[in-house]
Amino acid sequence: MNHSFDDISQQLKRRHRKSARLKWVSMGSLGLAGLFLVFFFADMLSKGLPAFQQAYIYTEINYNQEAASDGRRAFDEELLPLISRTVVRVIPNELRNNPDLIGTSETRWVLAKSEVDQYLKGHRNRLSEDEQEAIETRVEAGQVDLRFNTTFFGTGDSKIAGNAGLLSAVVGTVMTMIVTLAISFPIGVMTAIYLEEFAPDNRFTQAIEININNLAAIPSILFGLLGLAIFINFFGVPRSSPLAGGMTLALMTLPVIIIATRTALRSVPDSIRHAAFGVGCSRWQVVRDHVLPLAMPGIMTGSIIGLAQAMGETAPLIIVGMVAFIPDVSASFTQAATVLPAQIFTWAGEPEQAFVEKTAGGILVLLTILISLNAFAVVLRKKFERRW
Amino acid sequence: MQTNQLLLMFCGALLLLGLLAFFAGRSKAARLRGAGTVMFAQPEQYAWFTVLSTAGPAVLVGALGALVLLLLGADIPTLYLLAASLVVAAIGLTVSLAQVRPDFHARQAIERVIRLTLAGAALISIFTTFGILFSIISEALRFFQMHSFWEFITGTTWNPGASFLASAGRGDGSGAEFGSVPLFAGTFMITAIAMLVAVPIGLLSAIYMSEYAPRNVRTIAKPVLEVLAGIPTVVYGFFAAITVAPLIVNIAGFFGLDASYNNAVAPGVVMGVMIIPFISSLSDDVINSVPDSMRQGSLALGMTKGETIRDVVVPAALPGIISAALLGMSRALGETMIVVMAAGMRPNLTANPLEDMTTVTVRIVAALTGDQEFESAETLSAFALGLVLFIVTLSLNLVSVLMIRRFREKYRVNNL
Repeated sequence: MNHSFDDISQQLKRRHRKSARLKWVSMGSLGLAGLFLVFFFADMLSKGLPAFQQAYIYTEINYNQEAASDGRRAFDEELLPLISRTVVRVIPNELRNNPDLIGTSETRWVLAKSEVDQYLKGHRNRLSEDEQEAIETRVEAGQVDLRFNTTFFGTGDSKIAGNAGLLSAVVGTVMTMIVTLAISFPIGVMTAIYLEEFAPDNRFTQAIEININNLAAIPSILFGLLGLAIFINFFGVPRSSPLAGGMTLALMTLPVIIIATRTALRSVPDSIRHAAFGVGCSRWQVVRDHVLPLAMPGIMTGSIIGLAQAMGETAPLIIVGMVAFIPDVSASFTQAATVLPAQIFTWAGEPEQAFVEKTAGGILVLLTILISLNAFAVVLRKKFERRW
Repeated sequence: MQTNQLLLMFCGALLLLGLLAFFAGRSKAARLRGAGTVMFAQPEQYAWFTVLSTAGPAVLVGALGALVLLLLGADIPTLYLLAASLVVAAIGLTVSLAQVRPDFHARQAIERVIRLTLAGAALISIFTTFGILFSIISEALRFFQMHSFWEFITGTTWNPGASFLASAGRGDGSGAEFGSVPLFAGTFMITAIAMLVAVPIGLLSAIYMSEYAPRNVRTIAKPVLEVLAGIPTVVYGFFAAITVAPLIVNIAGFFGLDASYNNAVAPGVVMGVMIIPFISSLSDDVINSVPDSMRQGSLALGMTKGETIRDVVVPAALPGIISAALLGMSRALGETMIVVMAAGMRPNLTANPLEDMTTVTVRIVAALTGDQEFESAETLSAFALGLVLFIVTLSLNLVSVLMIRRFREKYRVNNL
């Protein structure tokens, strides 16, 4: 015998150690993915949370005669470099609309310059030492403070960092999603019903099926090329509009909705269909009155997930021009608009330090919306889940 | 009158006609039934039949007319087209009302229309694919008329600058070079880095979840991994550019290496993380579908659990795992935002991942967001690049589908 008992037991030990190693390595890689997620969220929160606060200065505004033509005259000379340009700019307008104000004065919180904001948050800034000292003394007097940033949620984009907000992007997102859903939901559900309930199993339906699976895996930027060439150049849909963006995204969302709807329809047991046919329903009546209501929660779940996916998509929208600079909230589906991810992309390209914070803040808002949508879909599925 | 107002009025008129059809059809059917006649269908079904035969032809005429107008550029005012459509609706209404008779199978007629409508909806996915193919190929062909296909495939310099000057009225654009090799090299480099991150982590996570993890860990870990897939790519791009790229520059600096801030590693790694859930989720499904009898047989022969997984389960699941990896690779090749934000703009043919390099998708975006007119060679080059991207990703997807089908047939599972 070449192998003694000890040899074999040594060998066994080695093999078991190796086996245990695989367990730890595989557990570690799952942990690594989790670790990345933690790192990612911590990073985004630390960068983005400050965006929800902004520096304001408590100061007196003198609505004198000169201020009506030059807004700078309304403020203290030494404070001027610290106050946001947008505050100064609106003063002549205000006085024109309300001439009674002239001659009065008012003390209130006004938006500070983004450099002041960055200084208070301890970021890199370009303030001179005198200015920094001026801020410090005012902070001690309680006249400079970080307060909740209403501008961020209440206004559109701006080239002035302190005044840039999300509102126009949010409105654009809602309009684009309305177009996307209005097109992809009915067509997607109808296609799925046809394939699952009506279609015979022939070459034609197989071709459609393979096609749908392929569409689901085509890079999104190619949908952008389609939107540009067909919708914009051929059909003349206005560039940058929610209509163009929504139609492009709808084609992208279509396969997601079709696949989800088919799964939902398939999970309705045949006994239901047989019973309905048994009492004399036609095929469409079976689908409309029995199968579809039972499959609806599943269809909704899939559609919400598809919508969330479309909402985070940027590449095709860049191609159809939805990265325009949109300071005002757009009012129609054919006007130029921007969406949240595109707004994030635009801000990420701005060189100013203050925009990094805006970008991360926008990302937090987008992630909150997307995660709540997905959570809602999961809850919906849990609530209506049914074991047949 | 404005086209918008015209369309609005048309829709209103059509709606009114539809309502009229509904009530007229229903009242006629009800009257017949009230007289004691045996009807083949319910009054509502007759009503829907009249509605469908009123609105259906009208919408069809309107849509076809609009398409003909667009395609041929014929000079018929929209007003006439909409009027014709309404006339068709009115004809449909009278004809269908006459058909409301006791021996008419309204239900079957509705059924036929619905079946046709559903099939029409299903056709849209085919139209989309043809639309993508048609739009990309036709524009790409225009590009290849200006620049040779051979140069595009084998050239090693991508320098569209001269075509910009030509469109600005300076020079004739002859100096522009469209050699796509450096772009594809950059794309494959970043994809390779992504796969190096995604395949081991994704596969090992799947192995842990399906073979080792207790039930409750699994129910938490799977949705948490899915969160990674739900993060928008623009967010990943920002993260790669702002956080990961400087980190990599610092780490490389620590080892005495000189890294660019637009290095290929940062977008590669982040893209890899993005792909992890695709690979782990599909691999998990596949590993779970490997029949338990194979594991039991292996364990009964005295194999350790690790050996069973390595030598029995993973080889059995291999077609599915390869399919997952190919699908992930196709995603990495077509991924746009991460590379647009974190990779460079400079076409750079190099093997050093710490240098900046650009990718196909970056150049597509760059070509279509510039100040170029649409006819310029640079803009059209985006479509040529898109065509190659389409072909490559499509073949990867097809191979992936074939692999998973082979696995499914071998183990007779239906849920994949």
